[in-house]
Amino acid sequence: MTDPSKVQLTEDGRLKHFLTTEGLSKDLLTEILDTADSFISTQERAVKTVPLLRGKTVVNLFFENSTRTRSTFELAAKRLSADILNLDIARSATSKGETLMDTLWNLEAMYSDMFVVRHADSGAAHFIAEQVTPNVAIINAGDGRHAHPTQAMLDMLTIRRHKDSIEGKVVAIVGDILHSRVARSQIYALRTLGAAEVRVIGPGTLLPRDIEGMGAKPFYDMKQGLADCDVVIMLRLQKERMQNALLPSESEFFKLYGLTEEKLAFARPDAIVMHPGPINRGVEIESAVADGNQSVILNQVSYGIAVRMAVMAMAMSGQQTLINSEENA
Amino acid sequence: MNLPDIEQVCHRLAGDLQEMIRNEGLEDPLLVGIRTGGVWVAERLQKALNGSSEVASLDISFYRDDFTRHGLHPKVQGSELPDTVEDRHIILIDDVIMSGRTIRAAMNELFDYGRPASIHLICLLDIGRRELPVQPDLCGARLTLEEGQLVKLSGPEPLELSLA
Amino acid sequence: MRYLHIQNARIIDPASQTDTIADVFVANGAIRTIGRRPDAGEIEETIDATGLWLLPGLIDLGGHLPEPGFPQKGTMASETKAACAGGFTHICSLPDTKPVADTSAVIKLIEEKAAKAGYARVLPLGAMTQGLAGEQLANMVTLFEAGAVALSNVRQPIRDSYVLRRLMEYAATYDIPLFLNANDLSLSDGGCMHEGPVATRMGLPGIPETAETIALAQILLLAEQTGVRAHISQVSCGRSIRMITDARQRGMRISADTPLANLLYTDAQVTGYNSLYNVQPPLRSEADRQALIAAVAAGDLAISSNHRPHEIAAKKAPFSDAESGMSQYDCFLPMAMTLVSAGELSLDALINAVSVLPAQILGMAQSVQENSAFNAVLFDPETERTITARDLNSRGHNHPALGRSLKGQVQRVFIDGQQIC
Repeated sequence: MTDPSKVQLTEDGRLKHFLTTEGLSKDLLTEILDTADSFISTQERAVKTVPLLRGKTVVNLFFENSTRTRSTFELAAKRLSADILNLDIARSATSKGETLMDTLWNLEAMYSDMFVVRHADSGAAHFIAEQVTPNVAIINAGDGRHAHPTQAMLDMLTIRRHKDSIEGKVVAIVGDILHSRVARSQIYALRTLGAAEVRVIGPGTLLPRDIEGMGAKPFYDMKQGLADCDVVIMLRLQKERMQNALLPSESEFFKLYGLTEEKLAFARPDAIVMHPGPINRGVEIESAVADGNQSVILNQVSYGIAVRMAVMAMAMSGQQTLINSEENA
Repeated sequence: MNLPDIEQVCHRLAGDLQEMIRNEGLEDPLLVGIRTGGVWVAERLQKALNGSSEVASLDISFYRDDFTRHGLHPKVQGSELPDTVEDRHIILIDDVIMSGRTIRAAMNELFDYGRPASIHLICLLDIGRRELPVQPDLCGARLTLEEGQLVKLSGPEPLELSLA
Repeated sequence: MRYLHIQNARIIDPASQTDTIADVFVANGAIRTIGRRPDAGEIEETIDATGLWLLPGLIDLGGHLPEPGFPQKGTMASETKAACAGGFTHICSLPDTKPVADTSAVIKLIEEKAAKAGYARVLPLGAMTQGLAGEQLANMVTLFEAGAVALSNVRQPIRDSYVLRRLMEYAATYDIPLFLNANDLSLSDGGCMHEGPVATRMGLPGIPETAETIALAQILLLAEQTGVRAHISQVSCGRSIRMITDARQRGMRISADTPLANLLYTDAQVTGYNSLYNVQPPLRSEADRQALIAAVAAGDLAISSNHRPHEIAAKKAPFSDAESGMSQYDCFLPMAMTLVSAGELSLDALINAVSVLPAQILGMAQSVQENSAFNAVLFDPETERTITARDLNSRGHNHPALGRSLKGQVQRVFIDGQQIC
């Protein structure tokens, strides 16, 4: 039985896969943020590419559709000079009944160095990391409800850039926590990086009952939950939640939890507003706030490429040291 | 072995650099130090040049040729350069030159920032053992090391050379 | 008379309150004498059982035999042999075969194949409803007459309370026992593990306790109303135990069993997404596990295998995609013994739960006593070994003992006086 976090580290604590923020040390998370910072500056020059991963092959394995996340990973790989292949498995193999294992075995034959995986099953990225050959780095682009670590790290980078550090901050995550892999990854990262308090705000149907065990305090009221907050993270509300008896309607959700200027005023006056996107205007957030001067939502997008470049470079580096130690053994 | 006095070497080098800038007509030169030691030397030289020129730093971690051997260096700090080096006269500065690979990486990176008008290479110390056809335009001191000997520059204040 | 002479065995038989070292003489399928030589006859075979235990044969109240229908998962021969190796003389086969055991033809097929294999005796459980679809009553009497010992719904839902009531009334008419699995599909659907802190951390959809307790309430109340002979299969929640105890205190006659895995493991095992621990009913919390152990210790709860072998591909997938089930027959007795070595159960309570109580529930007599049929297990409590694939008889290697070091080994199994394994 493996600790889900240890699978992603080499013996000396370097990343060889990036599967979850859970269990990673503060030093390692900080290293990811620092490396991402250096990539932000390369994104600002004319030639945005660095030759670091030249000759490496990265495959985007997206079992769930997502144009946005997939394109950022594609761009990140290209800017590291890697060769990138996009596989839209949602439409091809598994619809023909090919098992995940068989799909992977066929791909390994194409000599990939890295898979970026998004899958509807929690634990899918771990499964792939443990079952494929040890030398293929796995980057988790979102598995079921479990984790979305690159999104969490780009959110951490955003907070760090706009608030100097995460240490001592009060952060609230609002919305559908129950189904959110982003929220889970954010909670671990925030706790490790020293947030003073992590709060989750939403109706009882959307907050898991054991969330306190993960280090987040539940609130059902925005006024109480946002008091003294430095950072407000709004989560996307999916339409299916209305159908599955989790919520009565978008309008009631907006009335209670939608971030309006009025509700934002409950937080600190210098609080920043974030959203992993895409935003549902008028459902979880009103336009005046989304476009307002406390919102850093657009910046989040630009940091996404840098963070993904950082974890891809670090994971590939970890794999490389493993290959070398095997060759020298 | 007698190690050169770094302060003296820097002083001489600053003088040589000033002369070179004058002779070659390098307008508004950009001093670019290669992290970390090269940055210390660049700052020292900048002071000696009356602090008029701009100093920038280059982190070559993403341009090294040994990723396959050693992976990524853990302490990446990033480069701090002006947005473009188009048409600038670059004074590329490093503390020690040995194989020449660091300089190769640095030049590749510089070219990703634009097309410089010229690049001149200044090294504090040349310890030989070239593996590439790269030579400094100005050099502070030459040193021949024995098998297994390494030099180490510590800084920024004071700048000191030691053998490891 | 030609005797089998078992020498110097420690006979542990809670049914007759025996725990003694003695010799046993077996002939014509039954035990003739214990502790004294028989009057006349010759000894055909002597077994030196010094240091070994002689236990009544284990009886399983529910395991999945993949024949007919699932050849990639195992055969009648491989699985009944595995059951023997685990100490079972009798096993109840669950009706979710392919085709479903809802006709006398399938029941007879199962009996024939089991007899041909010649290992553990199979007591078929018939399906309660046609196709296990939960809508139409199966031909209960026909199934019973063909050899089914009881009827089961496995974990398939019954359409609603009305159908369940009629099922029970019909069965009660002919005194046919029903093995009922409490599972409210509207609450458990989509879930793959116990709903709790571990599921929340891992982002895996959970099965709340109420999925079992609500269905159990429905079963208990209707069983009370109809007077059917009801047995609750595969209990997993502590709360369910309390509900069953309450029902008994009200005078209801009701029995229950829990899978061995639910006594050995909790939802904490799922950390790391090991699909081996994807089982139905799910492994629950430590508090639930303790409540189940207490019920076993009190003699109120039997232990079943919930054996379900799978081929490698069925388990080699992300957790929620893997097929549920654990291979349990091989090494069953040594695995169960770990509860005794850990001080969680007494030896008597364990044997009671895996043999005496199941026998009572099935209306069988299973005991190591003079004049009883000789259905027994010779067990070596000391030998330690590391379990490898070669030690497994079942085709299903989805077994938690693989790679583990286990103490104790079944040496011989006797059914009707014959040594089978």
